[in-house]
Amino acid sequence: MDPLVRDRILLKRRVALLFYESSTRTRTSFELAAKSLGADTTLVSSLSSSIEKGETLKDTGLTLRALGAEAIILRHNSSGAAWLLEEATRLPVLNAGDGMHEHPTQALLDLRTILTHLRPGARTVSAETLAGVTVTIVGDILHSRVARSNMLLLPRLGARVVLCGPKELLPELAANAGPDIAVERSLEAALRQSQVVMMLRIQAERLAGMQLDLEQYKADYQLTGQRLAAQAPSALVLHPGPIIRGLELTAGVADGPQSAILEQVRNGVAIRMAVVERALAGDGKGGGA
Amino acid sequence: MTALVIRGGHLIDPAAGVDGPKDILLKDGRVAEIASPGKLKLQNGANADETVTLDATGLTVAPGLIDMHVHLREPGQGYKETIATGTAAAAAGGFTAVAAMPNTIPVNDSPETTRWMQAPERGAAIRVFPIAAATRGSKGEALNDFAALKSAGAVAVTDDGHPILKDGVMRETLAAAARVGLSVIQHAEDTRMTQGACMNLGAVSFKLGLRGMPPEAESGLVERDIRLVTELRDARAHLHVAHTSTAAAIAAVRQARRNGLRVTCEVAPHHFLLTDEHVGMYNTLAKMNPPLRSAADRDAMIEAILDGVVDAIATDHAPHATHEKEVEFENAPNGITGLETALGLCLHWLHREWKLPLGRILSLLSAQPAGLLNLKGRGTLAVGSFADVVVFDPKAEWTYRAGDTLSKARNTPFDGWTMQGKVRWTISEGRIAYTSS
Repeated sequence: MDPLVRDRILLKRRVALLFYESSTRTRTSFELAAKSLGADTTLVSSLSSSIEKGETLKDTGLTLRALGAEAIILRHNSSGAAWLLEEATRLPVLNAGDGMHEHPTQALLDLRTILTHLRPGARTVSAETLAGVTVTIVGDILHSRVARSNMLLLPRLGARVVLCGPKELLPELAANAGPDIAVERSLEAALRQSQVVMMLRIQAERLAGMQLDLEQYKADYQLTGQRLAAQAPSALVLHPGPIIRGLELTAGVADGPQSAILEQVRNGVAIRMAVVERALAGDGKGGGA
Repeated sequence: MTALVIRGGHLIDPAAGVDGPKDILLKDGRVAEIASPGKLKLQNGANADETVTLDATGLTVAPGLIDMHVHLREPGQGYKETIATGTAAAAAGGFTAVAAMPNTIPVNDSPETTRWMQAPERGAAIRVFPIAAATRGSKGEALNDFAALKSAGAVAVTDDGHPILKDGVMRETLAAAARVGLSVIQHAEDTRMTQGACMNLGAVSFKLGLRGMPPEAESGLVERDIRLVTELRDARAHLHVAHTSTAAAIAAVRQARRNGLRVTCEVAPHHFLLTDEHVGMYNTLAKMNPPLRSAADRDAMIEAILDGVVDAIATDHAPHATHEKEVEFENAPNGITGLETALGLCLHWLHREWKLPLGRILSLLSAQPAGLLNLKGRGTLAVGSFADVVVFDPKAEWTYRAGDTLSKARNTPFDGWTMQGKVRWTISEGRIAYTSS
């Protein structure tokens, strides 16, 4: 699209970014996405605002609305925060990650990346688009909002999701979260079935006192060049970032030919442009995800 | 004192074995006479001019309900609820006595606070029986003076929301309470297993990305406590398990009872009606502790009520200010109100749906809790008992509206639910404490 047309789509519309957690990719790409459509953005982060003084999420949301915000992009450390903010403000709220719950735009950009590689040229999607595709998500599933959003989204396009990790980070009942979700403890067995493998970071900040033997974890679940070559030589490797080289995957895999990690980041801007536009276009009731 | 006559009603008094049409004369705060319709010997009592007559035709008359587990928030948190507002809500729900938990500010661990809560200045609409803290400040370390608390009016001891985890302290508590004839009420939660958790552990908590409390955190502590009661068998220690919520905990109580131990339990309406699915999209009105559990646990509560393992239905009335619940789910305080909905839910579900006889329900809501707390002269309307009476229309269906509550708080998940059984009058020690409008 002509950039001069594109940057008038949301000309001077007001979008607030409300961030209670640190973020590099999500915050920057949301901001770039909104700005490239012509919107004015303002960033409120918990460490430099009245949130530090004890203002509640509801009151912060009402304040942003009073200041003219037409949509709020929220990153929050509590699961369900986006629902609370939407209820309080009745504004479109874009969930940029809520606690351990969901990170919907991440799942959408992951899907975009998967489609580019596995279904090149596809113009639309349906419930069968990813039929026959197995996506394995490896690592700290319990604390991962990225895992939850992907395990709910991908089966809607026909994919099968395999969750892989140790018991401490992957409870058996995760398989009940939705249709077409399976739990597999062996990384080798999971990789053999997979066309896509998504590695997750160990979320040290959410372990809440849990003792985890990292050396054992690496021995069992680190994605190494050797494992990849032996079990899934043509699988696409994804990671929502931030990556910890040498922990959940080796530097060689992160930078290797099967990795689409930076492509995911790039797709993030386009996906978030689409989401912001949808939230603010027309009746302005497009939010709530 | 004015005499009160309740005429034309159907008296159900399970403790006295009465279930039939009776007229009742209340005088000087006591039940003075019970007679077949039209047969009261009024002339032996008060002058007819001073007698108020309530026409209870078509209504059920029963011993006033007794809620053995409520939080009235005074002293210290009058913005949530006061003893006056909490007991007004209780009276509207048909209750004539409530047992108030000690997690106030300060914690009720002294005879002074225990007396303060019962003082006439609190403006209570019905009787308040304090349950005192078992340990100093409910810190689970040093035992309070149970004899002094009892003489100040405490009817049981508990550390409620701060369960006593140390075996030695719990053993001492059970033994010391037994010596003065008090029961020990335990909120059974092994808090070492529930750090940061805000709902039941299960598929729902996983999906919502919330940390869950495993059912074993409840049942494990109940099993530990039963072990201690077994060791203290000769001391006749009485353990009462508060708001039981898991199938495993109920099974442990059932077994203890078979073994002849003095182990009793209560269940709250929300635990026999709702499951963790009701958390929905982070509904903080479905957040309490113990949390709403699985459907299997919920079914186990119903079964245990029907087969008699459950000794009492208690609401765990836990009022909070509206703004306190309008926060992130994990940051919201635990608890819901319950005093105005207990009877309506019990009649609708336990009686109509699950066919539990009315007498059994009234017993769970009155005679049995009176027995557990040793409230003499309550939970029955035998002549000479306290004139604590509820008169209700057992057939009336109505819709509960949280906005109409007499409590200060509106944090109920039952707003808009259909209730069965409408309270017409609540009479506390011969005084009309509530009249429906």
